[in-house]
Amino acid sequence: MNLTLKIWRQSNSESKGKMVKYNISEISPDMSFLEMMDALNNQLIKKGDDPVAFDHDCREGICGMCSMFIDGEAHGPDRLTTTCQLHMRKFKDGQTITIEPFRANAFPVIKDLVVDRSAFDRVQQAGGFISINTSGNTQDANSIPIEKDDADRAFDAATCIGCGACVASCKNASAMLFVSAKVSQYSLLPQGKVEATDRVRNMVKQMDQEGFGNCTNTGACEVECPKGISLENIARMNREYLSTLLKS
Amino acid sequence: MNIFCMILSSIARKVAMAISGLFLVFFLAQHFTINITSVISEETFNFLSHFMGTNPIVQFVLQPVLIFGVVFHFIMGFILEIQNKKARTNNYALYKGSENANWTSRNMIISGLVILSFLVLHFYDFWVPEINYKYVEVLPDNPNRYYEELVHKFHSPIRVGLYSVSFIFLGLHLYHGFNSAFQSVGFNNKFMIGVKKLTIAFSLIIPLGFIFIAIFHHLND
Ligand code: SF4
Ligand code: FES
Repeated sequence: MNLTLKIWRQSNSESKGKMVKYNISEISPDMSFLEMMDALNNQLIKKGDDPVAFDHDCREGICGMCSMFIDGEAHGPDRLTTTCQLHMRKFKDGQTITIEPFRANAFPVIKDLVVDRSAFDRVQQAGGFISINTSGNTQDANSIPIEKDDADRAFDAATCIGCGACVASCKNASAMLFVSAKVSQYSLLPQGKVEATDRVRNMVKQMDQEGFGNCTNTGACEVECPKGISLENIARMNREYLSTLLKS
Repeated sequence: MNIFCMILSSIARKVAMAISGLFLVFFLAQHFTINITSVISEETFNFLSHFMGTNPIVQFVLQPVLIFGVVFHFIMGFILEIQNKKARTNNYALYKGSENANWTSRNMIISGLVILSFLVLHFYDFWVPEINYKYVEVLPDNPNRYYEELVHKFHSPIRVGLYSVSFIFLGLHLYHGFNSAFQSVGFNNKFMIGVKKLTIAFSLIIPLGFIFIAIFHHLND
């Protein structure tokens, strides 16, 4: 395959950045998108140019690092896939592909396609945990009966990999899907119920402080989420937040 | 975190938008019910309009609440739009919004602005003359004037056209706003399919019904 790539190049967080055009040839349709990026970088290094910086780690859809906005969509045109799981056969020979970083003011660009998503870490630190005594006589989690439906929903929410595609896709750059998944994965389980009130308050407060936009229920996040996290989680978080507000 | 921070939070804003929106949906249904009687029976329409126009609870309690609801919904809508624009100041070179969300949900501000312009015209047409009749010129009470006033307004084809276009935008606004309000207040369960069907029905019946009323009186004038 021969392709034209339009890629966002920005040398550091302070510089302005611009779209730069590259031509690349002999790309196998069986390559993953990241392998194609590797091929491009080899080409750039051979020419003595600066390779394109992009995030990646597991390359199998579990770490959430490979944040790229490909042809107008987070993680590209495929559904329920991360960039590392996207294959070049999804594109046509001769196609022009636009590649940009995830854009949100809460995710500043560090270099090229690499963005700083530590805003998510701070939201998580604000309440995405349970406090348990690990003194050695911790109760076996399996000894607490949990309704199957709740266990399944909590597990579904826990599959969120914190990739940020929800924020990148949302026209408002809202982080509600991510935060609601993190709230739900705990609040549905008995171990998480104890701190549920503080959790939802503190995580929402941190989310607002990080400068994410307001959710207007467009549903773009749910469509673009590589893990299929449902909008039901946002409704659950709204419910929990409302009941906390009414109680106080 | 104190209660004031919570009231100012993004979720509280979203819930406030939803509740004011649902209140306006309720008002629309009531307004439509009264107006549709005008194509069935002149007397019924005059009776209901006279009741709404003279009942002190409607006039001095419900009307101010309604005006507050409308103003609040609009101001909040603008605030949210400005804040959301600020959350992404560096825009994408290529953003395919239509791949993952429908036009109505992405353009509530546009349909909202059309409705706001319509409301200015609607207030000028009906509310201002009504206030003038009752409280400025203090003309004698005439319970049979409402039907004639209504028919007279729809004499102009331009007005009928403007009203019809506005109602189409109202339908688009409702198509996203109605079920979105349920999601915002935390209602998303097995009944959501029913709410979505109700949304489609409401966003079709109410605007098309209002268009029908306008055209009916225009043709019957
Ligand atoms: S909710 Fe989905 S899109 Fe958002 S961070 Fe989690 S996995 Fe990524
Ligand atoms: S590199 Fe880990 S999810 Fe893509």
